[in-house]
Amino acid sequence: MLEARNLWKRYGDKVVLERISVSVQEGEFVTLVGTSGCGKSTFLKLLLGTETASEGQLLLDGQPVRDEPDSDRGIVFQQYSVFPHMTVLDNVMAARAFARRGLTGYLFGQARREAQGAAMELLHKVGLGHALKLYPHQLSGGMRQRLAIAQALLAKPRILLLDEPFGALDPGIRADMHQLVLELWQSHQLTVFMVTHDLKEGFYLGTRLWVFDKLRHDPQAPDAYGAGITYDLPVGKSDRQTLQAIQADLKEPQHDIQN
Amino acid sequence: MKRLLNLQPSRFSRVLLGLLPLALILLVYLVASDLRLAANPDDKLLPSLAQMGDAISRMALEPNRRTGEYIFWVDTFSSLQRLLLGVLIAASLGLVIGLLTGSLPLFGAGFSPLLTILSLIPPLALLPVLFIVFGLGELSKVALIAIGITPFIARDIQRRAQEIPVEQLIKAQTLGANTLQVMIRVLLPQLMPRLLDAVRLSLGAGWLFLIAAEAIASTDGLGYRIFLVRRYMAMDVIIPYVAWITLLAFVLDQLLAWFSRRLYPWHGKGGV
Repeated sequence: MLEARNLWKRYGDKVVLERISVSVQEGEFVTLVGTSGCGKSTFLKLLLGTETASEGQLLLDGQPVRDEPDSDRGIVFQQYSVFPHMTVLDNVMAARAFARRGLTGYLFGQARREAQGAAMELLHKVGLGHALKLYPHQLSGGMRQRLAIAQALLAKPRILLLDEPFGALDPGIRADMHQLVLELWQSHQLTVFMVTHDLKEGFYLGTRLWVFDKLRHDPQAPDAYGAGITYDLPVGKSDRQTLQAIQADLKEPQHDIQN
Repeated sequence: MKRLLNLQPSRFSRVLLGLLPLALILLVYLVASDLRLAANPDDKLLPSLAQMGDAISRMALEPNRRTGEYIFWVDTFSSLQRLLLGVLIAASLGLVIGLLTGSLPLFGAGFSPLLTILSLIPPLALLPVLFIVFGLGELSKVALIAIGITPFIARDIQRRAQEIPVEQLIKAQTLGANTLQVMIRVLLPQLMPRLLDAVRLSLGAGWLFLIAAEAIASTDGLGYRIFLVRRYMAMDVIIPYVAWITLLAFVLDQLLAWFSRRLYPWHGKGGV
């Protein structure tokens, strides 16, 4: 469903991504890992439409992806992903309100009751059934991310993008969140792209792992070459040795030059 | 003994410490007033509390012999009406301008430089222009207050709108929101408590413009009265009037703060 054809991204002279050609089937769970500044987040922004490619094409069902965010692609950021002025229930109901072509984004009458029902069902599923009337600042970090995921899911996106969604969470809570994301991915038949810092997370969660790293390196001009996808692995079939090989790759000192 | 740095007042002593300077100032005034009045019973500079009480009860509790009005309350009503009308107009204009320029880059590019220049014009310098254009009636005074604080509110709201994390705007768009929906459901509600903050901050300037306009051309109002009785060195009227204005300003400020806490409990609770 999604295809990148010789994708490049430059900021001025600095090449961030180069020669990216991949295709992804519906229902895959792709995790993107790499050192910071390696371009994995830039790739996610290209998918989201907040950045456009300098060269090449990014196609969704054969059409170039829209160059602004829309309801085809849902997103969960590490923070600021929910609306602080709405209660938990309102946050999720807003997804329904925004989906209608209204002028104000508020719901009334029948549509409001329907949205409320759908939102409450989903909130119970993600374990926030007891917190409907709370505001986001009253939630813990993990609950907030559950809310952000529920909100994104109610809009029924074709692709769900997760930008280091669990980076700020404790390890125990993170494990719970992995469980939740896997469940939702299966029950909603989503295509997921998840950027993560944590290689292990990328290795065991999802069906496919992309490692972003520089293919070529010029010590005199560290920005001259961008990153490509150095590993593209089906996760189910990979083993511990591959994990260690990638770990070693990403730890090479030459990569520390990057921002 | 703990270091001074780490000593915290208890709840009770905090109130006491807060009242202490006020009590001291009052005490110094009373002593000075007593000394002057003992030396010269006709002294007008530092009237005693009783003299001030007499003057105010004359103005607030007895109808004026010529007009039959209770001057103190007429003054208060006129001034508050002008101030609140001016501030309301400024807040509405400021919110709309700030929201548009802060959320729509095209609008911002078009109007931000103009807004910056307008905000640099000293409003009091425009007062003669307002008197010429709008005449000496209510309109010119309300216009001065509105013109004086609109640029401040507009620029503050613009900056607050730009401070709202872009992630929220992107998130709303991925849920299907169009421009108007983002502005009305994501930006506007989050700007309302900030508007109340901006209004609180601009009330001081609002009072300044009000009193200036009333001093120059008016027939009633708190500012008018102070400047009128100055001719007779009537400190027994001026001091209570200034205290009354201060009290009104304090109550307005606290009222706005209370509204903000009450209506927007999520405000100022950190980024989420």
